[in-house]
Amino acid sequence: MPSSAVAGKSPGSALPPRPGKRHGERLGLILPTAMFAYIVRRILSTIPVMAVVALFVFGLLHLSPGDPAAIIAGDTATPADIARIHKALGLDDPLYVQFGSWVWRLLHGDLGISIFTNLPVTTLIAQRVEPTVALTISTVIVSVLVAIPIGVLAAWKAGSWIDRTVMVFAVLGFSVPVFVLAYVLIYLFAVRTDWLPVQGFVGLDRGLWPFLSHLVMPTLALAMVQAALIARMTRASMLDVLAQDYIRTAQAKGLPSGRVLIGHALKNAAVPIATIIGIGIALLISGVVVTETVFAIPGLGRLTVDAILRRDYPIIQGIILIFSAAYVLINLLVDLSYTFLDPRIRY
Amino acid sequence: MNFCSRLLCVAAGVAIGVAAGSASAEPPQKTLRFIPQADLRSIDPIWTTAYVTRNFGYLVFDTLFALDKDFKPQPQMVDHWTVADDKLTYTFTLRDGLKWHDGQPVRAADCVASIERWGKRDPFGQKMMEAVADIKPVDDNTFTIVLKKPFPLLINALGKLSSNVPFMMPERLAKTDPYKQIPDAVGSGPFKFVKSEWVPGSKAVFVKNTEYVPRKEPPSFASGGKVAKVDRVEWLYIPDAATASATLNSGEADWYEQPPADLLPAFAGNADVVVATVDPLGNQGILRFNHVQPPFNNVLLREAVLNLVNQKDYMQAAAGDPKYWKTCVALFGCGAPFETTAGADALLKGPDPAKAKQLIADSGYKGERIVLLDATDQPVVHGQALVTLAMLRQAGLNVELQALDWGTLITRRASKAPSDQGGWNIFHTWISAPDLLSPAVNAALRANDGKAWFGWPTDPNLEGLIDQWFKAPDFAAQKQLAANIQTEAYQSEVPYVPTGQFVVPTAYRKNLHGIIIAPVVFLWNVEKD
Repeated sequence: MPSSAVAGKSPGSALPPRPGKRHGERLGLILPTAMFAYIVRRILSTIPVMAVVALFVFGLLHLSPGDPAAIIAGDTATPADIARIHKALGLDDPLYVQFGSWVWRLLHGDLGISIFTNLPVTTLIAQRVEPTVALTISTVIVSVLVAIPIGVLAAWKAGSWIDRTVMVFAVLGFSVPVFVLAYVLIYLFAVRTDWLPVQGFVGLDRGLWPFLSHLVMPTLALAMVQAALIARMTRASMLDVLAQDYIRTAQAKGLPSGRVLIGHALKNAAVPIATIIGIGIALLISGVVVTETVFAIPGLGRLTVDAILRRDYPIIQGIILIFSAAYVLINLLVDLSYTFLDPRIRY
Repeated sequence: MNFCSRLLCVAAGVAIGVAAGSASAEPPQKTLRFIPQADLRSIDPIWTTAYVTRNFGYLVFDTLFALDKDFKPQPQMVDHWTVADDKLTYTFTLRDGLKWHDGQPVRAADCVASIERWGKRDPFGQKMMEAVADIKPVDDNTFTIVLKKPFPLLINALGKLSSNVPFMMPERLAKTDPYKQIPDAVGSGPFKFVKSEWVPGSKAVFVKNTEYVPRKEPPSFASGGKVAKVDRVEWLYIPDAATASATLNSGEADWYEQPPADLLPAFAGNADVVVATVDPLGNQGILRFNHVQPPFNNVLLREAVLNLVNQKDYMQAAAGDPKYWKTCVALFGCGAPFETTAGADALLKGPDPAKAKQLIADSGYKGERIVLLDATDQPVVHGQALVTLAMLRQAGLNVELQALDWGTLITRRASKAPSDQGGWNIFHTWISAPDLLSPAVNAALRANDGKAWFGWPTDPNLEGLIDQWFKAPDFAAQKQLAANIQTEAYQSEVPYVPTGQFVVPTAYRKNLHGIIIAPVVFLWNVEKD
């Protein structure tokens, strides 16, 4: 995947700022053509990526053990029943025929029909988008608001008790399994105090408080891990920057600590932090199955796992394509964000 | 007012508006929030045998006949029916006022199409259809079934309790290929399915069918008056059992259908939650052999295993607390009409390792590898597999436990290949008692080679006895034949070994009343204070 975010590396095309250009130029406002061309190139590059993903996923699914017809028919079905369902589902056709008809439908914007629910895959995905996006956004907001200040603080007070406390928090965040934290939260805030609902997701159309109250605990459980990750990255990145000569110069000039930390250090430490946040967003969209399961949130992660367990091929194929597109898009946005964060970076 | 202030005002306005909107969107007062045993994946109870879809079917659809607590079929949609003297023509008249959820009247033609579709999928239905010459509507309210030969169990077939239940559907749906799903769930049952609110993997919603006309008789199993006493039913699928338990404890749900035994103590301190057994029969665990591959193509080795089985070990591993299980040798279920101990001497006496050793020696077993399939994601299956593994290894058999998920197991077990080419030798499962109540529904007993259930036993004597059972004129004759079938099974073919009978308790808030004691969960008659 042509992504600096997933690879976790700095953009390869970093160039020194062009002399004589105004600050705004680096935003692509004065060079829209170059930026536009870059974005188009990146978007076009998603086509071969998704084609490979489609071929790989289709092949892997149909060659792996498991038969949806057997699951549909049930425990007491006869082999003849299973064979008939298999045929009715079109699973008797040669693989290349099945692949061809799937791709043909795909090119017409049709992800297919779920074998089990008989609902369009697009409907099933659409049902899951709001919970997944809501949970992702809330988790990113909470984790960034918590992690960046404490990461900066830990770097600023490196070696002090504050630093050690932040690092203990970070280690705990990594070490405590999400489901354990989730159960503790449920026990404290739902069972013992009845402050929050145990499970489920309620859309914004049902009211702001019902919406938020269902998000609080899953957000806290997920943000713990994300915040630990971002806090550690912030600290490490800030420590690098704080050791630079220009920071010493700024301090020697008598600038206030806050301005040195935020205006000079954090800004220059932002690229790896943005990268790690981008990775976090990609993981939150696709990989929070445990949290979604414990809090019974109908998100995309659970849709994927449920579909895999019952071999609902159209859902698996459709959702993995969506995930791969989302990954590519997020990586593109992260890469573009570098140009805003670091004036030396050009595409 | 600066930009930020304006933004705050807009945000506050949106919040108030959204909150106000939510106040008017409150669900009706009487909403029963029910946590089902599994996720509702399909809405077609003829297309799949999944129990959760069967239970869904009972809410949305209705049946011509329904089984009562004495296991006798009673008329449900049928008002009255007659049988000609030659026992070859049945005439059924529907009750007045029956309507589909789309407002159309229920017609005899709908019932004819529904019976025909069910008869193509369900084994009992297929057996019935072998005897049927013609099914046709006489008028909008009456239809006849004409037989080629007498089929004394016709009413029992139409009143079948468990999957596939012969649910009635509008003709336009019932004309669907039985191997394809119906597009909509439009029934005539006591609740209407709200498809627009269905989120597979999360929630299914039903509202009271205000036009439903229940029978006057009190509810008894699936029969009697199906009176919807709540306005709305919400099925909340919660995949994590601990969360589901907390949801019931907190009062966010009213009823948790099947909490796992190890979480029952979570309800002990909550006076508002009742833990009870509402299923009078339960389920039977089974050990199934592959009869077409060595070494269990040898009946002596199957008998050896029969002489090793201690049902208590299996039930402790699979079901835990002894309050919820019992040993049971009856192949048609304990507590059921055809319960018998006939022929089950080996299981009744308990394990006899010496006899088993002798049988193993007599079978000529030479240490061939035995592949035991273990679905580790199914606790009841996994527990049984571990007991079998220890038991067979202790007896000196060369057993290889192959761990997989349930979805893979039920695919793998369809293979007749040798075990080293993707086949298998033993797997475990469990069967809900309504699906083994009689020779008509107990698929694991069938021994007609290619048509038999996975494992493919062949025993013409057993099949002959089952055929005789279908023709038996009365219950006494059926009972005797059921005993003969069981004797033949235990002492001749050993198609499978039952590992005991267990129930799964249910948990509900104490403000629920009127739960029907039955082997299937029915949500009519349930009141919520």
